[in-house]
Amino acid sequence: MPNFFYELHFYLFGLFAIASALTFVTRKSPVAAALWLVSTMFSLAALYVMMDAHFIGAIQVLVYAGAIMVVFLFVVMLLNLGHPDELSDLRGKWGRLAAGLLGLAILAQVMALSRTRPEASLVQSDFDRLAELRGENAVAAIAKPLFSDHLLAFELTSVLLLVAIVGAVVIGKRRAST
Amino acid sequence: MPYDLGIPGQLTLALAPDLVLLGGAMALMLVAAWGPESAARQRTVGIGALVLCVAVLAMVIAVAIRQPSAANGVIAVDGFRWAADALFLLAAIIAIALSIDYNPREGILAGEAHVLTLFATGGMMLMAAARDLMVLFLGIELMSIAVYAMVGLNRRSPRAAEGSLKYFLLGAFATAFLLYGIALVYGATGSTNLAEIGERIAALGLSRSPMLLVGIALLLVGFGFKLAAAPFHMWAPDVYEGAPTPISGFMAAGVKAAAFAAFLRVWLEAFPGVYTEWHKAVWWLAATTMVVGNIIALQQKNLKRMLAYSSIGHTGFILVALAAGTPQAATAFLFYLFAYTLATMGAFAVIIAVGQSGGSGDRIEDFHGLWHSNPGLAVAMMVFMLALLGFPVFGGMGFFAKWYVLQAALQAPAPQTRLAIILVITSTISAGYYVWVVMVMFMKQRATDALRIPPMPAMTRWVVTASVALILFFGVYPEPLVRLARASTAVGIAPVDGGPASTAALQGQ
Amino acid sequence: MMVPEALALSAVLFCIGVVGVLTRRNAIIIFMCVELMLNAVNLSFVAFSRLYGMTGQVFVVFVMTVAAAEAAVGLAIIISIFRHRQTVDLTNINLLKG
Repeated sequence: MPNFFYELHFYLFGLFAIASALTFVTRKSPVAAALWLVSTMFSLAALYVMMDAHFIGAIQVLVYAGAIMVVFLFVVMLLNLGHPDELSDLRGKWGRLAAGLLGLAILAQVMALSRTRPEASLVQSDFDRLAELRGENAVAAIAKPLFSDHLLAFELTSVLLLVAIVGAVVIGKRRAST
Repeated sequence: MPYDLGIPGQLTLALAPDLVLLGGAMALMLVAAWGPESAARQRTVGIGALVLCVAVLAMVIAVAIRQPSAANGVIAVDGFRWAADALFLLAAIIAIALSIDYNPREGILAGEAHVLTLFATGGMMLMAAARDLMVLFLGIELMSIAVYAMVGLNRRSPRAAEGSLKYFLLGAFATAFLLYGIALVYGATGSTNLAEIGERIAALGLSRSPMLLVGIALLLVGFGFKLAAAPFHMWAPDVYEGAPTPISGFMAAGVKAAAFAAFLRVWLEAFPGVYTEWHKAVWWLAATTMVVGNIIALQQKNLKRMLAYSSIGHTGFILVALAAGTPQAATAFLFYLFAYTLATMGAFAVIIAVGQSGGSGDRIEDFHGLWHSNPGLAVAMMVFMLALLGFPVFGGMGFFAKWYVLQAALQAPAPQTRLAIILVITSTISAGYYVWVVMVMFMKQRATDALRIPPMPAMTRWVVTASVALILFFGVYPEPLVRLARASTAVGIAPVDGGPASTAALQGQ
Repeated sequence: MMVPEALALSAVLFCIGVVGVLTRRNAIIIFMCVELMLNAVNLSFVAFSRLYGMTGQVFVVFVMTVAAAEAAVGLAIIISIFRHRQTVDLTNINLLKG
């Protein structure tokens, strides 16, 4: 019998994530939208922790909700976009129709996914996973593959961040005074 | 001796050209940031970037001659990668050479422009090399983020800002699709390594797994956006029009070629086991793209927009080669990309040269009677247009490019006859706009108030002359290039039986 | 192990993000919808990492890095268009026509 308490919390956070996400896409004010998105991210962080991804849960809060979303809010404030427009922010009939169709297509995808069972032969047994998690702390468990198997990808992210910085500076700099 | 990619030192060796390029780009970035922006500094950085690209190109050729190999790892070491690298570097060299003269004229003094081009090229080279979905994803992002910034380089131009916003929003949207596709493919197979994915699909009979198929469909959407294949093409004309002209050419040639190289590798290496499922999707993508691109191009009055739609049409033609999926098709694919890169970038170079008169140079009126004022430019533009059309002799290698794709489509074990017919019909339609440009240049009178076009700066002249010469040379004598393309796909792509590429595709025989 | 439930939740969130991108006009909100889509994908990766080991979680770290890099460039682009147009509403931004 699965742990009822665990499942209850899983569904609770899941529903809260969906509710926050729905509120987020329907808000007119960018500030309200950003805060509801942060709330979705917090629920996801809770789910990550419940799924044994403690480190990911922590950086979800620190980096995603804490840093990236703050930059969004900062830009909203900087450009003084906090006030919702008089006009509706929603697109016309066609936009909503297309969006509805796409929504349905993705709903079909949910059905397809729920019918899929992972290949049993590929799944690592629970025993292995628990040993992996108990033997080391949460950071070491993710650091080991990050700095060994995926070293190349890790090094690439440094270049990626450098390019992002250069790109942002080149675009964001004040216009040349000529 | 094959590289062992598990050892960091060997991995570094296998990645040497990419690392030299990225390292050089960082050094040049320091040069660019050393003092205030100025035309002179911009030029210095540009010339440095050109030298670096040529050096890396020489390095790629030197490595390719040695024909190194590697067992399964995160990156591929094969002929296809070197051929693709050479193509990207060629596009980068042309783009940087054009930018050196174009940027100061448009008030873009940031030397970082060339550095970003180098970083984007590095991302492309990683895309062509990646045999792991993680590295592939980072390569795509490295390229995309650099290109988002490159489109918006001209800070004074509202059009550039708008084009870059559109490209960024749609690009990020596409990235999310691509990433979801990667997640689902990983979820279905438990691996991010392309070869392992292919093996597991074959061994475990996953070809009916809904999760895998949904994942492949999402990947197709993601790649469709990056390739500008219809119906995911709507961003291309706006972005090409808004971007600085050399960057438009770089996007039409380099970014597209990189997306194609990654697409080909993922599809032939990881998904040969689900050929029948994805083939239908690619078939429709190719057909719609050819029809949409070529028909909308007919209505364009702006040359940059016309070239954007024409590039969409060419995406469709190249997708035909992909749908055929044979080694012959892979050869045709490389040859086509080479011809297309030269002709497209050449056409953008002519637009830049015409724009020197002070106008934007991309309106069709700017080309009226060009033959009477600048016969050299008019002849060059004629060659590029006819090459894009695939006209024999005067269109040079453009004719052979189309011919090889047609041949590959018809001679595939599962002949793509209907696609070939659509290709021929849409090519005929494309004559409507390509030949129209030629007619306007030769038959119309130059407007009396038209501004005089000054002679081209040295770099632009070199680019135009070299492109024309190469197109015409390979048009008369395509054999050496075909042999090269065949050699690089023979190392890369094993011969396959029965139409769909086998699991051995791309990784040696 | 709640993996199917997590995948379904991820698909629903992704779908909400897609609908948001297609229906909203404010560039910043559209960008935030893309962030929601990336978050949905991250949830899938974490769920898969329960089945296949740490690769999924490593991927999440990279996705967050990419999201940060995209945010830096994207917000710079949004600021630059605001300088020209005094708006980030996509319907008012129409110099380039199809």
